[in-house]
Amino acid sequence: MTHSDPSPPAIELRDVTKRFRTPAGSVHTALRRLNLTVAPGEFCAVVGPTGCGKSTTLSLISGLEPASRGEVLVDGGPVRGISEGIAFVFQNDAVFPWKSVLANVAAGPLFRGVPRREAVEQARDWLRRVGLAGFEDRHPHQLSGGMRKRVALAQSLINRPRILLMDEPFAALDVQTRQIMSDELLRLWELTRPAVVFITHDLEEAIALADKVVVLTAGPGTVKATFEVGLPRPRRAQEIRFDAAFVEMYQRIWESLRDEVELAYARTAAAPPSTAEPEKETL
Amino acid sequence: MSTARPDTRAVSPTPHAGTDIAEPAEAGTRPRRRRLVVNAVRFVPLVVFLGGWEVLARAGVLDPFFFGQPTRIAAQVGDWVTGGTEIGSLWTQVGVTLQEALVGFAIGVVLGIVCGIALGRVRMLADIFGPYIKVLNSIPRIVLGSIFIVWLGLGVQSKVALAMVLVFFAVFFNAFQGTREVDRNLVANARILGASKRQVTFHVVLPSALTWIIASLHVSFGFALIGAIVGEFLGAQQGLGLLISQAQGSFNPNGVFAAMVVIAVIALAAEGLITLLEKQLLSWRPPQLSGADL
Repeated sequence: MTHSDPSPPAIELRDVTKRFRTPAGSVHTALRRLNLTVAPGEFCAVVGPTGCGKSTTLSLISGLEPASRGEVLVDGGPVRGISEGIAFVFQNDAVFPWKSVLANVAAGPLFRGVPRREAVEQARDWLRRVGLAGFEDRHPHQLSGGMRKRVALAQSLINRPRILLMDEPFAALDVQTRQIMSDELLRLWELTRPAVVFITHDLEEAIALADKVVVLTAGPGTVKATFEVGLPRPRRAQEIRFDAAFVEMYQRIWESLRDEVELAYARTAAAPPSTAEPEKETL
Repeated sequence: MSTARPDTRAVSPTPHAGTDIAEPAEAGTRPRRRRLVVNAVRFVPLVVFLGGWEVLARAGVLDPFFFGQPTRIAAQVGDWVTGGTEIGSLWTQVGVTLQEALVGFAIGVVLGIVCGIALGRVRMLADIFGPYIKVLNSIPRIVLGSIFIVWLGLGVQSKVALAMVLVFFAVFFNAFQGTREVDRNLVANARILGASKRQVTFHVVLPSALTWIIASLHVSFGFALIGAIVGEFLGAQQGLGLLISQAQGSFNPNGVFAAMVVIAVIALAAEGLITLLEKQLLSWRPPQLSGADL
């Protein structure tokens, strides 16, 4: 946890500002002077109110969007274009609906020039790991929401990323499936141990999963506070919620988050719909 | 009251029919009876229309000299099939028209897809060529048929060119729109997974735009036939269009209608083939989306 080791952090955002031009022509500032560091293998959860620029942070790290100002470093080097060694699990389904489950998972290695036979073998391997052996020939629409998330996870992790970015990946799932997927994610994370930035609205989910929880302010987003989660691993997301240390942690972070949530809510409730800022940034 | 409910359920089948075996008896007979009723009633308008036409023609209300007569149209088709037409065997005419339509269709579809995706993917190209395409689309392209006959002669080439032009625009606009509508999350996902621009085009954009492109194929095969026949109309030595224009020249409405019947059969067969192709290519879609059968 200490930064005494000589290897550079997996992710470093220095004084990053991101502005968008809205369709109406005005300028919308999504992030302002944001600083964030994630160590290799560290699991970092980012929480914050709606519209605070959480998703924007991920687009900057992945290289899908350039920063307007400041520096974005991955493995010590500045980000230019899509960075190698990064995986991204999207909020909505981003698996390819016209590809079979197997072809979806094998897509990454195939794009990167791995021979077909080897890619398919790796894909079968990862499907076994996420518990989808036997579903290779199905198409995504034939699977449940939780199963599609497993496909997305296998599709991302097969590239053995050093950094895994997750944008509210389980938000669309029902509560039980979500908890099962949390445990599943921790188990898979242990296999390759990438650095993770996990964005969520759900504070419980954030604490149950992460080493570190970062609270962002209401937009324009910047870091309000950082909390180290000292809970021991391996954890069981379904049971850790009853732990006294968990509850205490939850109260401390909620103290910090509450003002921002209320501020963000007051803004959306007060603003007339025509001038409301677009909540979801485009990629 | 009690009969209304099962009906609404029958028209919305569950997507995963295999898993649901709760009420097999009721669910099995209702749709079958419904299908019988639909098929039976479906023939009524046809019989009324053709029967009325025939009766009115025989009674002298409609002059068969101008309006034709169903039985004579049928006789004309029969004549052509058994004895051939004034310009040679019916099958030769069908073959020529079909060849023109199919070649024009194939070239138009390929060009339309390539240009549509290229302009949809490359902003710069769309900005440069957009206005030209709009202008070309707004002129009545059927007039080009005359130009093509001047350029390419009375043979097959001029008809192929006309069919191609008509097909191209229909396919182009759908391919272009389909490319623009591709889910940006899917493109972002492919790029992060390591796809090059080319791989994004072939693995994400093309399959996604295919839904739009295939929808345009239904319309554009009709356009290909129109192109071929109008081209023949304007000047040809063979083909169904020539058959029509000759029937028109000799005041033979039955001949015009008979050619129409032959063309309709061709168009329906092509429509069936395109639907088969659609089912094949879009088999990944959930059934309730690909269901609209008309």
